Parts: sequence; structure tokens; C-alpha cells
Amino acid sequence: MLHIDYANYEALRAHGEETYPHECCGVLLGKSDADGNHVHQIVRAGNTRTDSAHNRYNIAPQELVKIQRQARGLGLDIVGFYHSHPDHPAQWSPTDFAEAHWIGCSYVITAVEKGNAAITNSFLLTGTSEEDKKFEDQPVEIDVAEQVSQQKGQA
Amino acid sequence: MNIHIPTPLRAFTSGAETVAVPGATVAEVFTNLTSQYPELQQQLFNTEGKLRSFVNVYLNDEDLRYLPEKEATTVATTDELTIIPSIAGGCCTCCSLL
Repeated sequence: MLHIDYANYEALRAHGEETYPHECCGVLLGKSDADGNHVHQIVRAGNTRTDSAHNRYNIAPQELVKIQRQARGLGLDIVGFYHSHPDHPAQWSPTDFAEAHWIGCSYVITAVEKGNAAITNSFLLTGTSEEDKKFEDQPVEIDVAEQVSQQKGQA
Repeated sequence: MNIHIPTPLRAFTSGAETVAVPGATVAEVFTNLTSQYPELQQQLFNTEGKLRSFVNVYLNDEDLRYLPEKEATTVATTDELTIIPSIAGGCCTCCSLL
């Protein structure tokens, strides 16, 4: 399960709308426990793939180092990442899988259709190494103030 | 020196976020790190003993790949090493929906 509050959930979806028709990307900071990954804060990142930003994203390692340092200062961990798929489904692609290396982390993908955020899905990278890793559908629980709603594959 | 471990590799360091490892060079530090935590060997290095292509290593704020002496770079106890796997991806290359 991915747990995220409504404000952060909407913020990552809005990021995809802002960068449309290019892909956005960012990092999810929080904590993990037996109940899943809990997002406390999202951090926007720059997409260095300016050569093909409509269908590729890459976060500069130097920026990741700074974000990891920021997380450490907040007592948080990197628990996942997000990016958008402009005019394509919110499903992981072969490229997403090949480039996914953070086992145990959530990979959140938002489909942005004609500039509007549509479906948002999360996929948990499981396994023990590069050789046996796989993506699993991960339910998303959105905390809305005092009420909690469960969402999967809905806008 | 301190080595900062990324979230997915902490399963191999008993959950430790930062580990202190001795060594005079980056290579020595890595040797001692994988001696202390043997399971990290396969996670960080390929069968030829080279860092896996998606594993980025920063000595303080410098990318190890771009340091003149690379793994032979000497380090001080106050230096910090950060291991950070790459983050990339993107949707399909064609125009039709998946």
C-alpha cells in the first residue's frame, strides 16, 4: 500500500499538468513499514532528458544526492518516485522497468491526457536484486483530512 | 569514513542508513564495505568487479566517474561517500497506446 495525503497527491498530479507535453518527475520522501510506504513530502526534480522530454525522464544523480541529504535531515527516507506519461496510460513501460533500481520503493505514474491529469497508479518494485526484480500493482490510499479513501486507477 | 546507503540497499546493512568504513582510497573503502556486508558485492558490482552501470557513487559532491583517479582517489575520515542508484524511465516510444 502507498499512503499519501491529498495535498501531496494533487501536487504530483499538478506537476504533470505543468510540464505537459513533457514528462515530470520527482521523489517521494517518507517512511516505510509493514503497512507500506508512507509519503510525508514530495520533492520536484528536474527532467534532464531535454532531448526527449515528451517520453523520457531522468533525475540527475547530483540532484538525487541532495534530495537524499534533505531527507536525512528531515528524518525521512526516499520511499518512491513519480513521473508522468503525457498522452499515454498510467502503466509502467519497458523503459520504466529497465531503469527501475530502487527495490522496495513505489513508482507512481500519472497519465496526463491533453494537459489534464487523468489516472494515477503506483507500482511497487519488488525482488532482491536486478535479476529477479518485478513491478507489482500497488494500491494507493489517499488521506483526505480526517477521512480516508482508497483509490486505485481512478482520477 | 561514512557511507550513505540508499533505501533499497539497507536490507543488506542491517537497516543502517549510514555505515562507517575504514580505508585510504575509495577502492579500499569498497573492499572493506563488502567485507563487512558481503551481500552488497552483488548489488553494487558486476561479475567483472566493476560498479554496475546504474550505481552512482559520489565522494562528497563529486561524481566518482569524473574524479581523475576514480577508485584510486585517496579519502579522509571526514569525507562522505554516497551510493545512489539512478532514476530514469519514460513512456513508450511509439504513438499508439500501450
